[in-house]
Amino acid sequence: MSALTDDTLPLTPRAMRDEMIVFAAMAVLLGLVPLTGIYPFFVMQALCFALLACAFNLLIGYGGLLSFGHAMFLGTAGYCTAHALKVWGLSPELGILVGVAGAAALSVVTGFISIRRQGIYFSMITLALSQLLYFIYLQAPFTHGEDGIQGIPQGYLFGIFNLARPTVLYYVVLAGFLGGFLLIYRTINSPFGEVLKAIRENEPRAISLGYKTDQYKLLAFILSGTLAGFAGSLKVFVAQNASLTDVHWTMSGEIVLMTLVGGLGTIFGPVVGAFVIIAMQQYLAGFGQWVTVIQGVIFVACVLTFRRGVIGEIAHYLRRSL
Amino acid sequence: MQALYAQLLVGLINGSFYALLSLGLAVIFGMLNIINFAHGALYMMGAFCAYFLLNLTGIGYWWALLVAPIVVGIFGMILERTMLQWLAGLDHLYGLLLTFGIALIVQGVFQNYFGSSGLPYAIPDYPQIGEWRGLQGGMNLGFMFLPVYRGWVVIFSLVVCIATWYLIEKTRLGAYLRAATENPTLVRAFGINVPRMITLTYGLGVGLAALAGVLSAPINQVRPLMGADLIIVVFAVVVIGGMGSIMGSIITGFALGVIEGLTKYFYPEASNTVVFVLMVLVLLVKPTGLTGRAA
Repeated sequence: MSALTDDTLPLTPRAMRDEMIVFAAMAVLLGLVPLTGIYPFFVMQALCFALLACAFNLLIGYGGLLSFGHAMFLGTAGYCTAHALKVWGLSPELGILVGVAGAAALSVVTGFISIRRQGIYFSMITLALSQLLYFIYLQAPFTHGEDGIQGIPQGYLFGIFNLARPTVLYYVVLAGFLGGFLLIYRTINSPFGEVLKAIRENEPRAISLGYKTDQYKLLAFILSGTLAGFAGSLKVFVAQNASLTDVHWTMSGEIVLMTLVGGLGTIFGPVVGAFVIIAMQQYLAGFGQWVTVIQGVIFVACVLTFRRGVIGEIAHYLRRSL
Repeated sequence: MQALYAQLLVGLINGSFYALLSLGLAVIFGMLNIINFAHGALYMMGAFCAYFLLNLTGIGYWWALLVAPIVVGIFGMILERTMLQWLAGLDHLYGLLLTFGIALIVQGVFQNYFGSSGLPYAIPDYPQIGEWRGLQGGMNLGFMFLPVYRGWVVIFSLVVCIATWYLIEKTRLGAYLRAATENPTLVRAFGINVPRMITLTYGLGVGLAALAGVLSAPINQVRPLMGADLIIVVFAVVVIGGMGSIMGSIITGFALGVIEGLTKYFYPEASNTVVFVLMVLVLLVKPTGLTGRAA
């Protein structure tokens, strides 16, 4: 049984240098966006999803765990942050903290349950758990059911940065994305990340080497869920609402699609994938339901012919780690 | 008490659909090692097939019960031959992702042409024998009023489930099938065409889904997304049952339907979530599921 990401290269100084160069280029390019004419709302949204996809990729690309319910962290953090801002009137930084804490707590509970099964069963459990949460949010009073929480005040971050101004908000979101990205990058290249890769490649062997693999997987799940929650909190400031679409399982499917298109288990793949999918939704909106069909076709095409994804194919061609 | 019996009946009917769908999933998983995410979409296709047969060709319910599963089964076999077979030997997760993509395509296409609202499909009113009007009407059982069609769904799907169980567990063909699951190379060496068997197995599993779709058409309207949300509940059923045995998925399917029905009577707020909550509880106590082998 071949692994999902079968040709990742070992981490050498050259690979690390490559990755840092690409990271710097990405940071500079994204930093220049407000100077160009690109619609900032679109890029901010894509950045939130890019962070989400990166968090998801930490789990599947490096732990071999396909979570099909990652939307639950996005949605939960979104609801927590939105509620804290609107009802409790907290400041943005505290709102984000509440959202991230909510997602973290959720990931502890769901992780504890879901890592008890492996492979596709794990995927099905995460999917079912997120659907459970969907129904809870549908009925719970504080989420306002189908209407969602709307008209969320953006406020002043740390009392200084006015998040109602698009440019300020853009750089805050960008900073959040880059911070999250670096955290994931650091995790992947830590001893913890190495153990995670070992579990992905051959779990029985990792166990026989004395690693308590369940603990590693749980920790990866919590980290991934928490960071996905962070993306959800940031998204509240961009979209100014929190709604059921963010918790529904079709959203989880989109996260998987983003990562698959960009490249499972590549560092920059999820970012590219998120931008591709969000751009597609933005510019193909006129096609209505055909967008779903197109997404399905991309799914099928990726799995059948293009399993490494955009970045994975480039990295494979250049024989570099990206 | 009337309401309790009514909910029990609804639960049994839902249980029939859960059982038929999780049975198909188990059959497919056994041979192809694929969690068929397209199962909900194929269930929906079964219902639409019955709808088209009635409205375009005038073929009624009874023939649709036979024709729709065959048509959708052939569609499934084409899918298997053109796409799924290329995934053999890859990680299981690719099968899940591919079938998820197929589900998106199929559901998207139907949504384009039929919107999201439901199309009606009438309960058949033939054959008319004496005072029987096909499956319409109902009968008074003394303690409750039983709509004939609903009773029919429960009994018919029970028969189909047991027939499938018999086919797989008790016949020679089933023995080949089970042997091929264990060791395809060896079974091939005995001169059995394993790839063809895999294709037929997928067709069988898909046919079961389509059959469930036809059965459900007169009860739940024919809608493009009718399978989308149902399939996740079925996945939860599969996790609870453990997909270890054919009988296990049948029993778990019916049992969970009944439990859901009882919840609807005693505590309606939890009726959408009770299956998922049960899944959590089962996993905490017995991570392999009720009848399951280790994944």
